[in-house]
Amino acid sequence: MSEFTTDETPVVRMVNITKHFPGVLANDQVDLTLHKGEVLALLGENGAGKSTLMNMLVGLYQPDSGEIYVKGSLADIKSPQDSMALGVGMIHQEFMLVGNMSVAENIVLGMKDLPFVPPMIEIRKKITDLSKRYGLQVHPDKIIQDLSVGEQQRVEILKLLYRGADILILDEPTAVLTPGEARDLNEILKKMLAEGKSAIFITHKMDEVMEFSHSVQVLRRGKSVSVCPTKSIKRVQDLANMMVGRDILFSLERGPYSPGEVRVEAQDLTVLPIGGGKPVLDNVSLTIQGGEILGIAGVAGNGQQQLTEALTGLLKVNSGKIFLNGKNMTNKTPLQIIKNGVSHIPADRGRMGVVGDMSVGDNLAMKKYRTNELSVHSVIKRGWVRKFAERLIEAFTIKTPNQDTSVKFLSGGNIQKTILAREIDSCGGILIAVYPSRGLDVGATEAVRQNLIKQRDKGNAVLLVSEELEELLMVADKIAVIFEGRIMDILDAKEATTEKLGMLMAGVEKEGV
Amino acid sequence: MNMVDFITKLLAATLAMGTSLTYATLGEVYTQKTGILNLGMEGIMLMGALAGFTTAFNTGNLFLAMLMAMFVGGLFSLLHAFLCITMRANQVPAGLAITIFGTGLANFLGERLGPASNNFNLTGMNLPSTFSNIAIPGLSNIPIFGALFNVSILTYGLYILIPFSWFFMYRTKHGMVVRAVGESPKTATALGISVSKIRYLYTTLGGVLAGLGGACLSLSFTPSWNQGMTGGKGWIVIALVIFSTWNPGRVVIGTLIFGGITSLQFSLQAAGLKMVIPSQFLGFSPYLITLIALAGMTIINQKKKGSFASPAALGTSFAIDDK
Repeated sequence: MSEFTTDETPVVRMVNITKHFPGVLANDQVDLTLHKGEVLALLGENGAGKSTLMNMLVGLYQPDSGEIYVKGSLADIKSPQDSMALGVGMIHQEFMLVGNMSVAENIVLGMKDLPFVPPMIEIRKKITDLSKRYGLQVHPDKIIQDLSVGEQQRVEILKLLYRGADILILDEPTAVLTPGEARDLNEILKKMLAEGKSAIFITHKMDEVMEFSHSVQVLRRGKSVSVCPTKSIKRVQDLANMMVGRDILFSLERGPYSPGEVRVEAQDLTVLPIGGGKPVLDNVSLTIQGGEILGIAGVAGNGQQQLTEALTGLLKVNSGKIFLNGKNMTNKTPLQIIKNGVSHIPADRGRMGVVGDMSVGDNLAMKKYRTNELSVHSVIKRGWVRKFAERLIEAFTIKTPNQDTSVKFLSGGNIQKTILAREIDSCGGILIAVYPSRGLDVGATEAVRQNLIKQRDKGNAVLLVSEELEELLMVADKIAVIFEGRIMDILDAKEATTEKLGMLMAGVEKEGV
Repeated sequence: MNMVDFITKLLAATLAMGTSLTYATLGEVYTQKTGILNLGMEGIMLMGALAGFTTAFNTGNLFLAMLMAMFVGGLFSLLHAFLCITMRANQVPAGLAITIFGTGLANFLGERLGPASNNFNLTGMNLPSTFSNIAIPGLSNIPIFGALFNVSILTYGLYILIPFSWFFMYRTKHGMVVRAVGESPKTATALGISVSKIRYLYTTLGGVLAGLGGACLSLSFTPSWNQGMTGGKGWIVIALVIFSTWNPGRVVIGTLIFGGITSLQFSLQAAGLKMVIPSQFLGFSPYLITLIALAGMTIINQKKKGSFASPAALGTSFAIDDK
């Protein structure tokens, strides 16, 4: 990374920032300093207050107390338009784009100095110039919802550049990117730094801190616990411990690999898209034995979703056969498949995993809907639910005020633990987990991974779809790579490397080709 | 009567009938485009019809009557906006309440605001003047299409308002903001746009147009006051918004079809066809066709991958820190 000078006035100085939300102290007297040309990594677990702090810098929230200085003068930032006027712009974790509008419209949306009828031809030209200059390829007339996640992020960056931002805040920018796209992002960042722009980078991935940043600031439970130059960090482990406040296991405990009988067998699954076109699943065959974790690697949108939906009965296959626990379950209903012992941790945990408005206890007991344990003559046995939920909350260390709290008020990690608890408790030999650690912090990720391995050690078959190669290498016994609906290869996890997997994920058949 | 005459007359009747619907539908499109569902249209239109009629009856000034109808419509939708935006009430019951309240109040006032000679009833009174058709010399004599140039000033107004609304929505920066607020209020907020302000503004505008739509009935189409004279048009408006795929430029297609079928139904009844087809069937046929059209829309929408979909945030309240 290029160097920057610290003798100039810092471009951003946040002093003594405190922010309360009902019942939560989100930021407690936090100081933050950013110099010109610097990349500051803001590290912390989910809920540590990183996003809140940055949302105050861009005016989405107002601090209860404390002062913000931008480029040397006290700034009164009441709205994102104020911060933008000062050159501060943020790329949120959840992209702030209007799905059915064009790239160009999204880039200029809400700009105050736009004429009544925006001159789209000029705007398009300016966008094209910017994309060429920074290597952010995206067509200004494309509609957002037709773009890949990586492209959408480029639109977000262009939006800031177009508005003249020179202080960029990126909230977990690589969470949704493939390794290749993340490298591209790094290149783009370097170009912007070379022009004297500065960046704050929210993350909870340690390797990114080491790779991208000049300095690192660690937040824990709303407080700033450490600020130091990245170079001075000797061990990544130290950062992790600072962030969590305790020791984190970097290798997971696992029993010996002793696969048993075949539990999942897919033969030549093919799924054609509605309305015709290239198959989204193309002759996919795979087997998973009991006591084995099969990882599925691939760039999102290459058929992982269809594969897991076919296995769980949510999607009908056009041809091919599925055997689960030895029974032919091809195109059976989700209920039949659940009854046959399949548990499912869906990718979209908020929409498919839990009912947000229902309590933690009810969400945990939900799968017992058809059993006599839950109800007598359709009347729910409240006492039983209470005991059942208490047991699972304790066993899976779900952090919740009590079991009557609505699930939607829990953190992402605890929502995921709720789903894990329910699915693992009801698991009859097969567990299908789709992006189970996506968006979770170190502590929760560790818990999720350890639980998957525990299921494997108990002799269950586990299918793990993940976009993080490190997770797959750490957790899986075998890794299948999926590309454009086809299984490129199935590797032994011990022999697989990030490079090998990366090549296969990009559709390259053999090494060196 | 020859065929050309029949079609010309049918088109003229369709335009007269459709004008009221078109104003209200345009209004509801603006409202829904920002994410607010206003089911109060029936009540707001009826209040507009009453306000327009009573103003015209007492002052004889049609433009003042029009403004009064718009003002009252705006006031009622402002109430809806307050309930849905500030109080964050569920938009469906709030809208239903507006309809029930508006209908009841209009019918109540209709029996109180009339002259003493008519027992204070407005029903049965005639206006000193009404919006009558203005024929454009030359153009109005063209067979069939001449009907387009022999309409009231209210209908002429639409010839400007519809293309303008399309242009406003898809070519101006304000339209862009409206669409963004209805589609992704979070994005709008992150860009410093006040979602509440935009929603208040366009919900009120929607009511202004619906009030005008109501006045079109009482000042021009059937210049009179009758209890419940909107006769469910406020509900048809909701269907026509879906039919227009939330595109103000397409509003006219739905209103022409619906207005056309209704007019055709009247002509057929008048022509004595009820001997063959029961009059009740003709009476509900426009609504039946609306149902079929809506089902068809859903099928087309699935094929077109949701390009005709409703604004994503329609019917939801919004605050930046919502879970």
